[in-house]
Amino acid sequence: MSGLPRGRSTEPPIDSRAFDLLCLTMALVLGLHAMHLPWWLDLMLALVLGWRWWQRRRQSGHVPRWIKLPMLVLLTLAVIVNYGNIVGREPGAALVVGLLVLKLLETESIRDVRVGVSFACFALMTALLFDQGLVATAVVVLGLLPALATLRALEPAQAPGSLQRSLLPGLTLLAAALPLALLAFLLVPRLSSPLWGAPSRDQATTGLSDSMTPGNLTDLLTNDNPSMRVSFDGAPPPPDLRYFRAYVMWTYDGRGWHYTPTPPTTATTPAPIDVDRAIDYQISLQPTHQRVLPTLDVPLAAPAQARLQADREVFADKPVNDPLSYRLRSALRYRLQPTLDDRSRRLGLRLPSGFNPRTHALASQWRQQYGDDDAAIVRAALALFHDGGFSYTLAPAPLGRDAVDDFLFGTREGFCEHYSSAFTVLMRAAGIPARVVTGYQGGYWNELGGYLLVRYSDAHAWSEVWLAGRGWVRVDPTAAVRPERVSLGAAAAAGDQLAWYRNDWLQGLRNRWDIVNRWWDKGVIGFDALRQRGLLTPFGVRNTDTGMLAILLALGSLLFIAVGLAWALSKRHLRDPLRASLRELEQKLARKGVARTVGEGPRHYLQRAARALPMQRDELVALMRSYLELRYAHDEPPPESLRTFQRAVRNFRPVAVVK
Amino acid sequence: MRETLQSLQRWAERRLPALTRYRRPEKLPIELHRRRIYIVPTAFGLGFSVLLLVMLIGALNYANNAALLLTCLLGAASSASMLIAFRSLDGLRLSHIHGGHAVAGQPLELTLTFDSRRPRSAIRLDLGECRVAFAPGPATTQVKLSLPTEKRGWQPLPRMRLWSTWPLGLFRAWSWLHPDQAVLVWPRAEAAGPPPKAPGDDARHMQLHRGDELAALRDYHAGDPQRHIAWKASARHENLLVKDFEQPQNRPQWQLDWRQLGGIDSEARIARLARWLNEAQALRCNYSLWLPGNHIASGSGPLHHARCMNALACLP
Repeated sequence: MSGLPRGRSTEPPIDSRAFDLLCLTMALVLGLHAMHLPWWLDLMLALVLGWRWWQRRRQSGHVPRWIKLPMLVLLTLAVIVNYGNIVGREPGAALVVGLLVLKLLETESIRDVRVGVSFACFALMTALLFDQGLVATAVVVLGLLPALATLRALEPAQAPGSLQRSLLPGLTLLAAALPLALLAFLLVPRLSSPLWGAPSRDQATTGLSDSMTPGNLTDLLTNDNPSMRVSFDGAPPPPDLRYFRAYVMWTYDGRGWHYTPTPPTTATTPAPIDVDRAIDYQISLQPTHQRVLPTLDVPLAAPAQARLQADREVFADKPVNDPLSYRLRSALRYRLQPTLDDRSRRLGLRLPSGFNPRTHALASQWRQQYGDDDAAIVRAALALFHDGGFSYTLAPAPLGRDAVDDFLFGTREGFCEHYSSAFTVLMRAAGIPARVVTGYQGGYWNELGGYLLVRYSDAHAWSEVWLAGRGWVRVDPTAAVRPERVSLGAAAAAGDQLAWYRNDWLQGLRNRWDIVNRWWDKGVIGFDALRQRGLLTPFGVRNTDTGMLAILLALGSLLFIAVGLAWALSKRHLRDPLRASLRELEQKLARKGVARTVGEGPRHYLQRAARALPMQRDELVALMRSYLELRYAHDEPPPESLRTFQRAVRNFRPVAVVK
Repeated sequence: MRETLQSLQRWAERRLPALTRYRRPEKLPIELHRRRIYIVPTAFGLGFSVLLLVMLIGALNYANNAALLLTCLLGAASSASMLIAFRSLDGLRLSHIHGGHAVAGQPLELTLTFDSRRPRSAIRLDLGECRVAFAPGPATTQVKLSLPTEKRGWQPLPRMRLWSTWPLGLFRAWSWLHPDQAVLVWPRAEAAGPPPKAPGDDARHMQLHRGDELAALRDYHAGDPQRHIAWKASARHENLLVKDFEQPQNRPQWQLDWRQLGGIDSEARIARLARWLNEAQALRCNYSLWLPGNHIASGSGPLHHARCMNALACLP
């Protein structure tokens, strides 16, 4: 074909503007990936980038091969040594970013720049594999601006402009492309199962762990990221009922508590429950890479693809690697396991022998003192925590072998896990079946979004004791020490021990901003194959299959093509400004009764108007003269005179003659 | 390779005019519109779409919606750039073409005047090997091109390609311009040869004009030499009068005649006459030219020279 591009002929070296913009693009890519690359690689690549930019400013030209090749080998070796292989998300990203920066060393022609920009776009996308939050995505999209500006800078014959100004057209282009992009995003059929292996999830699990040893909650309590968001059908429960259980722990080994995966009770059926009041709600959980799904207090049934355990914990069939939403119904007032079987009772009383003698002594003393009144013993223990000089701190003194003895009679400081652990041991020692429950407590109620934001720092541990006739009863010993922990949340309880960035007003801002994150998580990140199939439910289509999506996508694209073509083909310039101006004058005159008749020339018409409106005779004659001159004395009316005429017509106010 | 492609292209244009959009010469002004602007993706555009496909599959595979959104955004922006490429040509108007003077074998400078109602960027114009890039402003823009010439006479303008890959280089919009206009190429002068035969009365003519002969009186202008003031005549007038002297006629008078050049073929005659015309022009002498069917009276100056050369160029 005659119009096809020719092969690459002698290309001139690119100018400094394009190169600067390319360097900016690469710097942005490097910055976006800096978080998950090793610091020495960041530093090295930044140095290479800066050096190349400085070197080309002085003198354009390729970097000699003896520099490039060793660097390439060095990069590959560094990645292999650091990660062990070059396949996978982290080493892949390191390699992509490294190669991108090294590509800069040989970038001299237009073709090189284009390859570099394409590669940079890909590298920008890979940054989203690490973090697909709203802010990260916005930054990545902004990273497209220098990339687009680089491509524009390659075109010849442009008006010179500043570097900042050259970024703006890209923004306009992206904004114009947004509707089509959103349509495609909604309608591109999602894969129900990946084509090849999903990326390795080699990062550490976040969230609660299935054991509670002293100090292992501390990391969590200082982690401010959202863990889950809960929206309720109807009013949210009051703060003192906002207990989200994850693990129920029975096993104590003297040091800490552990969750036992095998059902502790013989029955694999969930513990029976009498429900008095229940609540429906939905939880959007951030990926934890664990199977446990936190639930509000005691759930009545498991959601899809999850199972209710013996102690009414909910476990998903697969680890939660992506944001997950699930609906649940939970009991708020209930009697859990009104009758306790022997095995559970045995487990609920088991303590390792040879630990914590003073605790055992105290418990026996209480048992003697209160007889069979289990509730009185619970009250005594809570009174001890409340009045015994205990304090709440996130940095308690270390405990020895007899951890509970040291805590109860020595240090007397700690946080929820110390209190719940000590309380449960006390209860067991006193012969009351007890267990530890970990999960979240509290959360921030977002009024605007109508949902409860629960952060990792809201992690909590409490106890449950079994009382005859009442079943398992939740007892939160931490609340006895620091009631604000329950009513106001973890941050209030910790007081001034928190870092500066968690102070009140900032936390308030962050809590309010969270609604945007929630919207993003729900609307964009959580839009999966399932949600896509339900896309047309409002229009009566229950299950939108792939074919339907493809048809819709085609139709939608056609619509946008039509809109785009209408824009591209619009010929605003074909409008005759002089004619339009005269028409405006005609309309003004017609309102005063001087309408132009068919076949009447402008000269005749305006003369007639001048006779009809004698007050403005001179003005009209002048207008007629300038119109005739603009129309007939030039091929194209000179813009200056045209503007004068237009202004004159605009300012013309016909005054009707009173006859 | 290149030649093969070009000959293939020529063959295709000859045999399949509808397919290759061979356009007949047309009258100026030529305005580009949607029916004559074509768009194809460039090689870079094709490569970029492959990259987008890879990104799309990757995002879908990893169920990463943020990456999918980014890919969709890039894809939509790329498609939008196609419309921008079209718009950068649409409505552009070639209003005038002005050809300069050139001797056969030397490039001829063409000045093309484009009208545009809005500013555009990175429009490129190819004429054979000559390529220029320009950015039409909101009014007229003049683009200079050099056109290779081979032989004297009227040379029709070849087809020109107006194209642009604005804004991202992903799509290439182009249109053919084939103005129905020709430029006149002057004959090439011979390198060396005999001088023109000087008419015998030339020397006498020159002598006759030597000396200061009073020709007329005119009004005094500041700067006129004092000794040229005609005092007697001025006394009878309101203003000072100055004696205007005819410049001494020191330029030779050449009569160049086609008929005097017997014994050589017509192209050689034309080449010799062209050399003489150039020499006469360089010597700033007066000359006349007689050609079969055309006689140009004596004169001098660049216009006269151009007239004579044009007449030479037009000889059959």
